[in-house]
Amino acid sequence: MKKTAKSLAVASLPLAMILATPAFAEDLTIGLASEPTSIDPHFHNLGPNNQLRMHIFEGLTQSDEAQRTVPSLATEWEVVDDNTWRFELREGVTFSDGTPFDATDVVYTICRVPTVENSPSSFVGFLSGISQIEIEDPHTMIFRTDAPVPLLPTNLANVGILSAENYGGENVVFNGGACDDLGTPPQATDFDDPSVAVGTGPYVLEDFARGDAITLAANESYWGGAPTWDTVVMRPIANEGARVAALLAGDVDVIETPPIQDFDRIRQEGNQIAQGLSNRVIYLHLDQNPEEGHVPPGVEGTDGENPFTDVRVREAISKAIDRQAITDRIMGGLSVPAGDLLPYPMFGAREDTPIEGYDPDRARELLAEAGYENGFSMVLSAPNDRYMNDELIAQAVAQMLARVGVRTSVDAMTRSTFFSRRNEYAFGMWLAGWGASTGEISSPLIALVATRDPDTGMGATNRQRYSNPEIDQVVMEATQTVDPQAREALLQQAAEMAMADYATIPIHFEVTPWAFREGLSLTPRADQYTLATEVEPQS
Amino acid sequence: MLVYLIRRIGQSLLVIAVMACLVFLAVYAVGDPVAILANPEASEEEMAAIASRLGLDRPIWEQFFIFIWNALQGDLGTSFVYSDPALEVILERLPATMELALVALILSILMGVPLGVIAGLKPDSFVGRTIMSTSILGFSLPNFWIGLMLILFFAVELRWLPASGRGDTVEVLGMHLSMFTWDGLRHLLLPAFTLALYKASLVIRIAQAGTREVMLQDYVRFARAKGLSSRRIVMVHVLKNMMIPVVTVLGLELGSMIAFAVVTETVFAYPGMGKLLIDSINRLDRPIIVAYLMMTVFIFVIINLVVDLLYAAIDPRVRLSEAKG
Repeated sequence: MKKTAKSLAVASLPLAMILATPAFAEDLTIGLASEPTSIDPHFHNLGPNNQLRMHIFEGLTQSDEAQRTVPSLATEWEVVDDNTWRFELREGVTFSDGTPFDATDVVYTICRVPTVENSPSSFVGFLSGISQIEIEDPHTMIFRTDAPVPLLPTNLANVGILSAENYGGENVVFNGGACDDLGTPPQATDFDDPSVAVGTGPYVLEDFARGDAITLAANESYWGGAPTWDTVVMRPIANEGARVAALLAGDVDVIETPPIQDFDRIRQEGNQIAQGLSNRVIYLHLDQNPEEGHVPPGVEGTDGENPFTDVRVREAISKAIDRQAITDRIMGGLSVPAGDLLPYPMFGAREDTPIEGYDPDRARELLAEAGYENGFSMVLSAPNDRYMNDELIAQAVAQMLARVGVRTSVDAMTRSTFFSRRNEYAFGMWLAGWGASTGEISSPLIALVATRDPDTGMGATNRQRYSNPEIDQVVMEATQTVDPQAREALLQQAAEMAMADYATIPIHFEVTPWAFREGLSLTPRADQYTLATEVEPQS
Repeated sequence: MLVYLIRRIGQSLLVIAVMACLVFLAVYAVGDPVAILANPEASEEEMAAIASRLGLDRPIWEQFFIFIWNALQGDLGTSFVYSDPALEVILERLPATMELALVALILSILMGVPLGVIAGLKPDSFVGRTIMSTSILGFSLPNFWIGLMLILFFAVELRWLPASGRGDTVEVLGMHLSMFTWDGLRHLLLPAFTLALYKASLVIRIAQAGTREVMLQDYVRFARAKGLSSRRIVMVHVLKNMMIPVVTVLGLELGSMIAFAVVTETVFAYPGMGKLLIDSINRLDRPIIVAYLMMTVFIFVIINLVVDLLYAAIDPRVRLSEAKG
């Protein structure tokens, strides 16, 4: 047996030599979980696109790995008054085609964003509120807003700056609504051409083979110094098994979100795993429609009442969940039990937030107090391909609820069905996740807790119809407060009120894993982005 | 013949029209694309703006008539996520899938024919029986499992071949092909083999039966009596005659291979049409899904039409019986 194995190995040696390709240390290949849909930085406001954008196009500001807003193309900014900001732009920056960067490029970019045709998710929201732009000198600009926009620097981190000269817009004038002398702005598909996709970032686009690979080359004249990697190749490998295989086979150097069950295998082969606490909370929402006679879908045995409008029932559900057990047994340590909507020390999170203790006895008492001694039955809906172990978490929660007398069955479905049905109010109770892209707790508070109001844009994801005017008022005040300390205090107050009222039931914060080959180091980012600039060779 | 031709074409158009309705309505029922496309932070107002940009705020019958009207002019809509015409996005991926299917076809012939002939020449020997019983595995093992096993063995353990992707391409007649580069071939081998395995089993079965049949024919006996070497008998007389059914079946199977390489392409992250379809379903990119299905329907209807017309031209009984019934 041993002999056969040896002769097989010897016989296959020439073949192995022919088939193996040499690896270059200065190249980096990343296996992406999902593919960016366009190179255009202003076409589709979604994670994979923004992640790619950060390599090629830079904003005035950027968010660092902990999602703090730090300088990028702007070196500093200050609040002149509640409605006025002054930005100082970086000197000596050139675009990858050699044209210098100045305030005109910023104006051009702001004017171009609303002109993107067929955008499936627009970037206009990041620029809303800007009513006037003044250029004091080519590297100093003033933004005026209609109302206070405390998040303006954070928002600007999301808008990649284009070169006005490159698209014939050097005489552009901003006048609020339509801009003058914009020329013919490029459209999304124009950016497939590397000579159009010109930014100031550390990498430049070399080739975009849709579905197969995005190839980036180092921008040697980058203002921050030449980047680490000569070439970065990003390959979309949506299937997680295939992604792990690609890493184990040495096809790629780094992969996004390897599945937990493969960790041992990945480590055995000498690869490494990095983990970072993310900005994403996994939570439960409960249909709290207060209308007379409304029974949430899937709820039975409540005599035509909506049990979830009773805060005691919400508290009972929260107390019935053993968060630590979910972290330990289902997430394999890849989560942190949550008592709030954003983990500390991110902006607006409280250092001493209590995490709801597991207390099934108290949960049963609370249910009895609310008039459900015999419990009731309901359906917990969840996606099964969106968040880490989403369906398993839902199963565990259902079992824990059954233990306190709420007979729960799980209805898990693919994400496209899940989100469509959630938006149609088809669920009584559901499990979902929220990532705070601004890095501020205002993001989940506005989306999940604030009263749903299409006019103000608040509560867009509050499909449970929870409404608490007192919390709304504090959140609203925070969004109008420019002073960071005062705003943080208001946000903490709103979060405390929301948690006390069980406005949303947080379960845990996801911990994002990356796997990569030996000899590399990777800095995890709270926004879950995989950036070539965060990967370094280990010395 | 003319009457038959007109009737047959009419039937085909009807099938396409019915399929267009079914496909459009089925895809419409899957879910709301805005919920997937929009950034989670998007406000109500932005979601409404997206819906109106994509034409999703109109009533379904209006969307349907716009779709039919455009389809009649050869426009199957614009992809939501790529902002390119759906047909263009699909055709961009066509060469990759064609290549995969072609290499798989060649592999299945290279594997299937010799094994089938051997099994046919010696049907009762140990070798012949082993070939035939192993070919059952080729039919019954699921495609994705074979793919994963091949990746595990050849890519992860031995590291001979890459686990996924397409590799280097060269431009030939305006198409990006990987068949002509070494790197591209290495990437093609495993997925093509996975796809070929089922077809190879089919070829083995047909070739074995064909060989057994041909071996009993008079001309084979005559050739043997003439004193020809058995090598020459097999290579010339047997092979030539048993290839006819093999070619017929494989010709038909090529179409299904192109249309349904979905699973293999997903396992190997191979950027063909099948993977595009799966990605598009996940993103609810309706125009791509509809265009892909319509294209598949169209291809199959055309193939069937051509086959039927050829049969009718060759054999008058077909169109006569059709006229009666």
